[in-house]
Amino acid sequence: MSISNDLRARAETLGQSLPALLAEAEHLAATLMLGEHGRRRAGQGDEFWQYRPAHQGDAARSIDWRRSARSDAHFVREREWQAAQSVTLWVDAARSMAFSGDKDRAPKLDRARLLALALSVLLLRGGERVGLSGTAPKPGRAQIMSLLEGLSSNNPDDYGTPEISGMVSHGRAVFLSDFLGNLEPLETALTLAADRGVRGVLLQVLDPAEEDFPYQGRTVFESMQGSLRHETQSAGDLRTRYLDRLAERKARLTTLARAMGWHYHCLHTGQSAQTALLWAYTALEGGR
Amino acid sequence: MLAFTTPWLLWGLIAIPILWLLLRAIPPAPIRRRFPAVALLLGLSDEDRQADKTPWWLLLLRALAVAAAIIGFAGPILNPENRAPGSGPLLIVLDAGWADASDWPRRMDKASTLLAEAGRAGRTVAVIRLTDLPQPVEFQNADAWAGRLAAMEPQPFAPQGYEDWAKILPADSFDSYWLSDGLDHPGRDTLLKTLQSKGNLTAFLSPRPVFALRPAVFEDGKISLTAARLPGDAADLDVIARGPDPSGIDRELARAPLHFDANAPEAKTTLDLPPELRNRVNRFELLGQRSAGAVSLTDDSLKRRKIAVIGGTPDREGLPLLQSTYYLRQALTPVADLVEGGLSDIIPANPDVIILADVAKLTPVESDALLEWINKGGLLLRFAGPRLAASELSRAEEDPLMPVRLREGGRSVGGAMSWGEPKTLAPFPENSPFHGLAIPVDVTVSEQVLAQPDPDLATRTIAALTDGTPLVTRKENGAGQVVLVHVTANAEWSSLPLSGLFVQMLERLAVSTKPAQPDAQDLAGLTWVPQKIMDGYGVERDAGEIAGVPGEVLAKAMATGPGPNLPAGLYASTDRKVALNVIAAKTEITPAIWPAGTAIEGIETVKAQALKGILLTAAMIMLALDILAALWVSGRIGGLARTTAVLLATLLPHDARAQTPDDIKAIEATRGVVLAYVQTGDATMDQISEAGMRGLSDQLWLRTAVEPEAPMGIDLEKDDLAFYPFLYWPITPNQPLPSTTAYAKLNRFLRTGGMIMFDTRDGDIAGYSGDSTPEGQTLQLIAAGLDIPPLEPMPKDHVLTRSFYLLQDFPGRYAGGAVWVEASDPTAEQTEGMPFRNLNDGVTPVIIGSADWASAWATDPDGVPMFPVGRGYAGEDQREISYRFGINVIMHVLTGNYKSDQVHVPALLERLGE
Repeated sequence: MSISNDLRARAETLGQSLPALLAEAEHLAATLMLGEHGRRRAGQGDEFWQYRPAHQGDAARSIDWRRSARSDAHFVREREWQAAQSVTLWVDAARSMAFSGDKDRAPKLDRARLLALALSVLLLRGGERVGLSGTAPKPGRAQIMSLLEGLSSNNPDDYGTPEISGMVSHGRAVFLSDFLGNLEPLETALTLAADRGVRGVLLQVLDPAEEDFPYQGRTVFESMQGSLRHETQSAGDLRTRYLDRLAERKARLTTLARAMGWHYHCLHTGQSAQTALLWAYTALEGGR
Repeated sequence: MLAFTTPWLLWGLIAIPILWLLLRAIPPAPIRRRFPAVALLLGLSDEDRQADKTPWWLLLLRALAVAAAIIGFAGPILNPENRAPGSGPLLIVLDAGWADASDWPRRMDKASTLLAEAGRAGRTVAVIRLTDLPQPVEFQNADAWAGRLAAMEPQPFAPQGYEDWAKILPADSFDSYWLSDGLDHPGRDTLLKTLQSKGNLTAFLSPRPVFALRPAVFEDGKISLTAARLPGDAADLDVIARGPDPSGIDRELARAPLHFDANAPEAKTTLDLPPELRNRVNRFELLGQRSAGAVSLTDDSLKRRKIAVIGGTPDREGLPLLQSTYYLRQALTPVADLVEGGLSDIIPANPDVIILADVAKLTPVESDALLEWINKGGLLLRFAGPRLAASELSRAEEDPLMPVRLREGGRSVGGAMSWGEPKTLAPFPENSPFHGLAIPVDVTVSEQVLAQPDPDLATRTIAALTDGTPLVTRKENGAGQVVLVHVTANAEWSSLPLSGLFVQMLERLAVSTKPAQPDAQDLAGLTWVPQKIMDGYGVERDAGEIAGVPGEVLAKAMATGPGPNLPAGLYASTDRKVALNVIAAKTEITPAIWPAGTAIEGIETVKAQALKGILLTAAMIMLALDILAALWVSGRIGGLARTTAVLLATLLPHDARAQTPDDIKAIEATRGVVLAYVQTGDATMDQISEAGMRGLSDQLWLRTAVEPEAPMGIDLEKDDLAFYPFLYWPITPNQPLPSTTAYAKLNRFLRTGGMIMFDTRDGDIAGYSGDSTPEGQTLQLIAAGLDIPPLEPMPKDHVLTRSFYLLQDFPGRYAGGAVWVEASDPTAEQTEGMPFRNLNDGVTPVIIGSADWASAWATDPDGVPMFPVGRGYAGEDQREISYRFGINVIMHVLTGNYKSDQVHVPALLERLGE
């Protein structure tokens, strides 16, 4: 009884939040499709790409008889995205991603989920297989719903660790996190991924407050779960040194990404999500 | 002086050092912040370890706040009243005479302070004014007196009833406060002793000097003014003479400095005024002394009449005593200005009185001029004599220049050739102006001319002999009168000219002016009606319905000063006026002497001021500051500094290029043509003007190429006029006059081609005369300072009649009023073949009218007329014409004499064709 109640409550929560998220992601994806890739969708959503003369080894089934009947040769209707890529998404759902420096700003996690979902929508529409880390990538619009469900889970830890299980060899991977925790697990994960020939994108999602450090006075800083703690008498004095450290971390992430053949990008929740989405999509495309 | 209501609370101040230590030990609590990037902070150390202590200035602020609170609760009082509180009833005595008036508010303050103090002590109080008539004193609650005290005013006379008050004071003992005027008044000792016998007496004295002005005296052709005071330091004052100017407005006519030497009780100055000015003086006053004692009203004694004396007989050399006018000249020279010359020369000089002594024959021209002069208010005084008796003048028919018909010959009694005794005068009847004059027994009449018995004779007789024959007869004629004395002006026929009665009679006839102070006999027998009375501050007002007083009472008051029943002021009887001043020529001003042992205090009121509220407020403010400061120290309002900086930046003038409101208005005004109107300060009027200009702007937009922007109101004092071609100026009666700078701006505006359209808006009542309404008068006042050229009513061929529409009427809401514009060049003539004169080189700088144009033009924002014009369709026609006139005006303003030049177009075209 209680389990089913709990389930129902969760389902309802999900049902309330997800369509909104989905709609937003679809909207975001639609703007991008129109802007960058509109030409590919000509012909009422047909997946037709081109006709080519049939080679040896083409299955008889693949011959387009209607086209072939108009000439002497046989033609095969070739479709776009014949060989779909597998893209694995890892969205850091740790507590640190729940931070927002301003009550009017959405937490970092929201932005990360939105980006991930929008990217998924884009990729799925393009015929790719998309999956969350830990699950197998699957194509089709139906996959969106399972992605949604997977995205809504939370990690009670302070900082998340990337998962590489479920990554398909020579596939693509997208890591969305603030990368503020220990970088060791990330390095390991990236090394493993590189070993498998997986290339991809590191998207660092930061809150403007984390970029700015707009704090003054006597302050105790705590991590979201309280595992880390730092007390200062004058927070303002720490600012420059903090910013140095942040720049250093970004530089390290960039180097790391470049070494593994990945792309690194830092985005802020204060900025538009579209830029980041465009960048991520191009980065995935260019890496192909 | 500082006192505390609960001084023991001040011990709490000891706690402040402890507080200091405590506060110093406890640093402000840190803020806890969730911050994921804390990982990056780990290991960063603080540069400044001192910050965990409370900053010294914050400590100081808190200590001060606590100290202020402690002191505040201890109840400090600044300037506490330290007079020993008495008990029992309290009598507050005010002199409330003229000498109190100059610092009456301070006395009131002191009295109310004393009253409030007594109220706090629970004492019953009574307040008495010694200038009031004595009445029983009732001790009442202090609150009951507070309202009555506020209504008390100083009286325009000195306290007189000290002894009566002393008698009527209650028998029980009471304390008294005496707010003295510092002068000694009769009976003061008695009152002082009585008050001292009842209880403690405290006297309050004002340090302000008391000045008094004595009546002006005419000496050696100059006005001599004397001021008195209580001896003191050297002082300089000004005496000013006030009176109506030729237009009837009361203003300062002359001014003389008055210097008191140190310790001198009196100072004297003289004023030399021409007779015309002197006769206008109403009152003298000491400048800056607001008291009835510093004001001296003038009466007839200063007015010197112009009298022409014309004798019938040529002067017989060497026999001055026999001259017909000798006694008249003797009587009149000291008190009047005599005019010499022939009758035809004298009448244009407009004397007040013309005396004809035994003149029988006048030329018709002279008699007509004389009659006209009498009708305008002149007094013709004729004396009989042998020539008159022998002439045929006024025999059969009454001559207009004679009050009665005369019987032939006259009569002679008591002479060598006649029977009987010389006649004496009968007592003057009550309706006679001479009523009340004592008749000396030795005045006899031996010869006289006799009046014909006529129905009017009895009423015209104002003095008669004991046998009833008229001696003086009088007749009203127009505004003036003709008086005939039936005897000669010299001692030939009677001994009257030798007596003092003769002078008094001349005086009563208002022929001569009274020499100085009228004596009791002068005033006796007449009823004197107050015309103007003064209040305690020396301000005159109309006496209204106050009953007249007998001359005897007035004469007594002249000696002793005015009293409660006889206020100071100007009293009149028939033609004569007598001023009853607070200070008479002999009124003594002596300082009040207080016996040793009397408690004397100053009258300065220093209000006890409780500081509790101020201190507690200060403590609260400091605590509030402490909150902000603590927040700031602990970084909780990091953004505050920035917000404040931004706020300050927006508030402070930060950039020289920033646009001031003036600049914005200038930019708006130069966006296009803007019709401007002068803001009168009357909100309704300004609204109408705005609506009028809007209506006219709309019509201009619809019908012409002029496309005005929204109209603007102009504040003459602030705004620059250079941007506006046209200014509509409605006149309201209570409009303030522009300042000098505003006038300068307006004149520059007019000189540089601007036009002002003055509208008195009274076309419904004013008609053609300009100044018959308040608006017209205001316009005259305003326009006096403007550089306006000569004006004329708009001629039929003025360019305004054809600058856009062809017009002959210029109605606004009212039709038919005259419209005045700059006068055209008088040399302009109509050229042959031209319909108009070549006029109006330039724009008329002003248009003055009364048609209330703005109301006719006014539309609301929807374009609907706001005010009805005329009736029905005719009214709408009038509105249309009014709009057309407005358009013509604007066209004239903008194009000048262009339409006038158009007259030459045919000629120009013809020349071009050649």
